Amino acid sequence: MAAAALLRRVPAARAPATALMAARAISGSTAPLTIETSVPFTSHIVDPPSRDVTTTPAEILTFFHDMSVMRRMEIAADSLYKAKLIRGFCHLYDGQEAVAVGMEAAITRSDSIITAYRDHCTYLARGGDLVSAFAELMGRQAGCSRGKGGSMHFYKKDANFYGGHGIVGAQVPLGCGLAFAQKYRKEESATFALYGDGAANQGQLFEALNISALWKLPAILVCENNHYGMGTAEWRAAKSPAYYKRGDYVPGLKVDGMDVLAVKQACKFAKEHAIANGPIVLEMDTYRYHGHSMSDPGSTYRTRDEISGVRQERDPIERVRKLILAHDLATPAELKDMEKEIRKEVDDAIAKAKESPIPDTSELFTNVYVKGFGVESFGADRKELRATLP
Amino acid sequence: MVARAAVAANAVAAAEFKSGGHELLLFEALREALIEEMKADPTVCVFGEDVGHYGGSYKVTKGLAEMFGDLRVLDTPIAENSFTGMGVGAAMKGLRPVVEGMNMGFLLLAYNQISNNCGMLHYTSGGQFKIPLVIRGPGGVGRQLGAEHSQRLESYFQSIPGLQMVACSTPYNAKGLMKAAIRSENPVVLFEHVLLYNLKEKIPDEEYICCLEEAEMVRPGEHVTILTYSRMRYHVMQAAKTLVNKGYDPEVIDIRSLKPFDLHTIGNSIKKTHRVLIVEECMRTGGIGASLRSAIIDNFWDYLDAPIMCLSSQDVPTPYAAPLEDATVVQPAQIVAAVEQICQ
Repeated sequence: MAAAALLRRVPAARAPATALMAARAISGSTAPLTIETSVPFTSHIVDPPSRDVTTTPAEILTFFHDMSVMRRMEIAADSLYKAKLIRGFCHLYDGQEAVAVGMEAAITRSDSIITAYRDHCTYLARGGDLVSAFAELMGRQAGCSRGKGGSMHFYKKDANFYGGHGIVGAQVPLGCGLAFAQKYRKEESATFALYGDGAANQGQLFEALNISALWKLPAILVCENNHYGMGTAEWRAAKSPAYYKRGDYVPGLKVDGMDVLAVKQACKFAKEHAIANGPIVLEMDTYRYHGHSMSDPGSTYRTRDEISGVRQERDPIERVRKLILAHDLATPAELKDMEKEIRKEVDDAIAKAKESPIPDTSELFTNVYVKGFGVESFGADRKELRATLP
Repeated sequence: MVARAAVAANAVAAAEFKSGGHELLLFEALREALIEEMKADPTVCVFGEDVGHYGGSYKVTKGLAEMFGDLRVLDTPIAENSFTGMGVGAAMKGLRPVVEGMNMGFLLLAYNQISNNCGMLHYTSGGQFKIPLVIRGPGGVGRQLGAEHSQRLESYFQSIPGLQMVACSTPYNAKGLMKAAIRSENPVVLFEHVLLYNLKEKIPDEEYICCLEEAEMVRPGEHVTILTYSRMRYHVMQAAKTLVNKGYDPEVIDIRSLKPFDLHTIGNSIKKTHRVLIVEECMRTGGIGASLRSAIIDNFWDYLDAPIMCLSSQDVPTPYAAPLEDATVVQPAQIVAAVEQICQ
């Protein structure tokens, strides 16, 4: 099939097609389709949403496409890291793609997302492009943070994506602050503050949740529970690993994080709830194939059988592939072609990112302060001296 | 206590204002600044413990909750780490929060948020986000408040990149620095002192701002440059009276800007007097004085005729008993002795 028609996202109020989108002619149908989630939602002091999710063929194919791009990007990042083009810490998201993609499908760009260091795919979901992602990972000027942030510091202000944080749990109070600003300005939008099962034991989470509940902020705390806080399994770190219940007086929902439709339904539900009633906790039951980071083989604290088991039974992309084939939305060959194109797109992006130069040494001193009201730092001769700021 | 005129290009000199001026206490000056800025800019809000309905533990925010409402003057639970983080998040999204630490020492609980998020997000995001946050509160050695309530955090925060730090010492500069800090696009930590809140001074009726990076010339002189800030300014001025009677002519500069240092004003003074004494309330180890000494040595070594002396607080937890507490901080007699030694 010729790649003539553009795949459109639904609903129309959402942001226009991003760089992730390629032209396809396979079932661009926007006729509604209702799919049941893998498992029903489990809830805590709230009535859960229905298991029946409304979607369209076009949307399902978008899910397949977007998750495949993310998967490819993370695998490519793995190779780049081993080739020593990416240095430092690199935390990969493969296996968890459904959370990023499902969330994005449920919300708009005026809602805010903040997450921790496993942020490459969330950046893409928010409209970031592959070139700036790879460039940032390789520390080049074309990177989304100009090469000065690195893997753990991806941000996209114009898409209300607030990063990108290295210290576990510290992003959650920031997220509640974003929700506060949304309420202060009477915007009818919400903030999704993502964190992991490891971060769920941070005190500042409970502090922020208390304040958000008191002030009725539109904050949604999303625990991406991949069951391991680096090398520590959840049952060894949390007396109560039922993270969706730990809000206590704050309602919670447990979601199959490998089912992109369930994620979409839960996030839609949570957004409506948060804007009307204040904070809610979502627990996404998900899994990461890689170790905690590239420095962690990921096999000393879990068995290879477990990893391959999840890959076989619950892989988010395979689930969507089965859905597409079952509903005849595309042929296996068309999906394979799509994947080939994505592979090429990712390879091209890497090549382009490699061309970007390393930041100039003068960049060491830019963006430490904002230039503005009386911020020049004076040297002995009243000229702006960037270096000496004792 | 009327501050000597600050010879600054941009700031309105305290003694030269056009209309009559009005007298107030330092905490009222801070309050006035907050009210003016909150009226002018609807994105300015205040976070802190007991700042709203209670009126603030040092009355800096008294009446603000009635004036601006509960959404702009927010009583937080006792959760410094998270409400400071929330302030940073709100600033990322375009608000201008003023976060109060009921006592500066409590903000140690929020150190991660202040250092890693507040100070660094502008840099790590490649300039995308600015954090126009003001963090303020009283610190310093007070009246037998005990070790944990007598903290001086300026030395703890000074190496955080991306942060600006100022210390106010008079009603005039308190109001001016508070306004400037709120308007600045960078995060500013404003250090107040528990013992200075009731200082009285006449300040201008018309609007004015103090430059955040500028030092204040308190008393011009010829023999020695005394660099100080916050409460120690008053101990220095007391010592200055004794010194003048003994025939010395000290130049006293309130550095005000703790990060970055106003090396221009400081340098000009050193080039004139060639002798430097630093008097601070920080601990000796790793204090503001330690950094200032390095900066002076790096930039003005050739102008010095004597080693730089630095009088700081003792490296001890502040004791409760009154005479011990007095011995922790620098007293005027020590300042006099130090100047006599430098000027030998």
